Amino acid sequence: MTKIKHLIQNFSLQKFKKGGQKMSNVENLVKELVKIHGKNRNSLMPVLQGVVKEEKYLSEDAMMAIAKELDLSTADVYGTASFYTFLDTVPRGKNIIRVCKTITCHMKGKDELIKALEDALKIKVGETTHDKQFTLLTANCLGWCHKGPVMLINDEIYPETSPQAALEIIEKYQTSTKK
Amino acid sequence: MGKYLVNLKINNIPVSVEEGTTILDAAKNLNFKIPTLCYHSDLSIAGNCRVCVVEVKGQRVLSAACATPVSEGMDVFTNSEKVRASRKNVVELLLSEHNADCTKCYKNGNCELQEMTSEYSVGNHIYLDLVKDKDKILDISSPSIVKDDSKCIRCQRCVRTCEELQAVSALAVVNKGDHQKISTFLNKPMHEVVCTNCGQCVNRCPTGALVEKNYIDEVWNAIYDPDKFVVVQTAPAVRAALGEGLGVELGQRVTGKMVAALKKLGFNKVLDTDFTADLTIMEEGTELLTRLKKALVDKESVALPMFTSCSPGWIKFVEHIFPEYLANLSTCKSPQQMFGALAKTYYADKINIKPEKMVSVSVMPCTAKKYECDRPEMRSSGYKDVDYVITTRELARMIKQAGIEFNKLESERYDSILGESTGAAVIFGATGGVMEAALRTAYEIVTGREVPFTNLDIKPVRGMEGIKEAAIKIKDTVPAWSFLEGVELKIAIASGLANAKKLVEAIRDGKATYHFVEIMACPGGCIGGGGQPIPTSAEIRKKRIEAIYEEDTNMTLRKSHDNPEVQEVYKEFLGSPLGHKSHDLLHTHYKPRKRY
Repeated sequence: MTKIKHLIQNFSLQKFKKGGQKMSNVENLVKELVKIHGKNRNSLMPVLQGVVKEEKYLSEDAMMAIAKELDLSTADVYGTASFYTFLDTVPRGKNIIRVCKTITCHMKGKDELIKALEDALKIKVGETTHDKQFTLLTANCLGWCHKGPVMLINDEIYPETSPQAALEIIEKYQTSTKK
Repeated sequence: MGKYLVNLKINNIPVSVEEGTTILDAAKNLNFKIPTLCYHSDLSIAGNCRVCVVEVKGQRVLSAACATPVSEGMDVFTNSEKVRASRKNVVELLLSEHNADCTKCYKNGNCELQEMTSEYSVGNHIYLDLVKDKDKILDISSPSIVKDDSKCIRCQRCVRTCEELQAVSALAVVNKGDHQKISTFLNKPMHEVVCTNCGQCVNRCPTGALVEKNYIDEVWNAIYDPDKFVVVQTAPAVRAALGEGLGVELGQRVTGKMVAALKKLGFNKVLDTDFTADLTIMEEGTELLTRLKKALVDKESVALPMFTSCSPGWIKFVEHIFPEYLANLSTCKSPQQMFGALAKTYYADKINIKPEKMVSVSVMPCTAKKYECDRPEMRSSGYKDVDYVITTRELARMIKQAGIEFNKLESERYDSILGESTGAAVIFGATGGVMEAALRTAYEIVTGREVPFTNLDIKPVRGMEGIKEAAIKIKDTVPAWSFLEGVELKIAIASGLANAKKLVEAIRDGKATYHFVEIMACPGGCIGGGGQPIPTSAEIRKKRIEAIYEEDTNMTLRKSHDNPEVQEVYKEFLGSPLGHKSHDLLHTHYKPRKRY
């Protein structure tokens, strides 16, 4: 059921994109999402997720638009968004890298992995590259302890990532983005 | 269908209570006090602070008494060794994240956490102090409310208050785990968000995290300044609650003692907001009748229903949430601001004091009044019409500071002029009061007779319900108002902004139609205001309301238009209600604000 919902959502958003509207027009995006998920309070989560999927983060304007559409207070929307690590309220890059920081991955060398990423991207954890292509973050346990260290790029998981492998992986994202 | 009775034992004493009762309430029946912090009788149950834990025989872990309903055969212990040790631990943990700099705290001596500390947490602290590590904000941007995160224990009473009682939700819980805090939208300063300054959160905060911004020092400075002439006005609801903080029994009126205390504090003139409450009725009553005339006779398009405009929390709520209804607000300023505008014009002239030398102080049950007096609309005398607003709580503190034994004071009378008032004015302090006062006058203007209720008590508009409605048939009018003959005047009253919101939405959606609607931002009206003594509960508010109506009954004059000083002001200065001078000094318009 969820899958179908996602398909509908993606389809509808594609249609929306083709409509000639710019995706930066976050108000329209929110309206579109509310059309799909409904106007009740329950739809707050999927709407927040929908905006993050497109915009990578929840801007002030986005949260205000959501509050307006769902008849909630802005503080309420912000409160919900700030609870979830994967719902960012500060600008993020096109690709978000999250390295697991929990104990197993730590013992299997997440520090070296982070160091390699920081050096390659010329940013520290929590920062975004100048060209807005990458944001480097750490995450709590991603549930891949048996194959640590792991990193997550957007929705893709990369188990047993050595520093060298990590560089090759982000290389791939860099080229795919340039195309 | 009656509810089932559940039998249980608390501390070995059997008790039977209705099904669904919490352990906390069942224990109250037996006079066992269980300590609470996040629990508040006006709010939904949160169960997050854990100080109310009790032991239930046969259960491995302790239960939160506020959140656990009783069950048959339950064996509860409210004071066992395990319970006391656990509560002590909970208090210690709360303290480890609380800025316990009590001697410098405004709530010192009136803090629920502090009280609990003295009961449970004597000795050295066993946990590390974590306050330093938190990103905490001291927000002094609002003229009404100071928010200090370092003192917050995240009980969320304020969040529930703002959402459940006021439907504003300016505050929310943000982040999680050890980063959790109570915040506005994106940590914006309080004066930039939808906060109405009603101060209901302040009334319910168990620590010093939310307090009123106090102007005690400013008022003392004015009093001590020999070049200043300091006049003070007191709102109707203050007299019904001031005593609570000064050793007087709950529900006792202290009007005369309050006047005496204010004179002892050194105010040059002690005057009454009730005077301008009567004046408000003259202006607002006339405005209502004028609007009705425009609608019924002249067939002009005019905004109806007319909403009252005395409550500054309600005004800001409309500006944010219902800007399309701004035209429905009566253009009358609140009694406080009418008073301010008259004090520095008519009154200054009359007593021969230069207005620039006058400092106008008001004592209010309200934190939103602090914001109101700062509004740019409120400078029609050419000066700031009201300079400082102090709450009932701040006045109680000043009286204590001055070493006045309040209980032993002999009653004194307000100074004249601007000190005389009627029973219609004092009931402004209770929900339904402005409506009742307006009806007493408007009905008489239209029919030449008193309102058809025994002893002038318009009972249908009284009471603690959040929303009330009534209809009054107008019969046998005087010729000038004959167009109202047979009209059924429909009225509604709401207190608490959540109720106000419901009422306005019903009007908007066409589910209800009224001519005149009274709204007070705080539950129960001004007697439940954000500046009134802490604590508050439905029972306390009821007692204060009774005191207000008792004061009304005991007044010789009970109708605003009978106030001789009001008549004098019209004769000497204002001319007539809605006249040119009134328009300049006593009326205003408000502007829409951003909701999001």
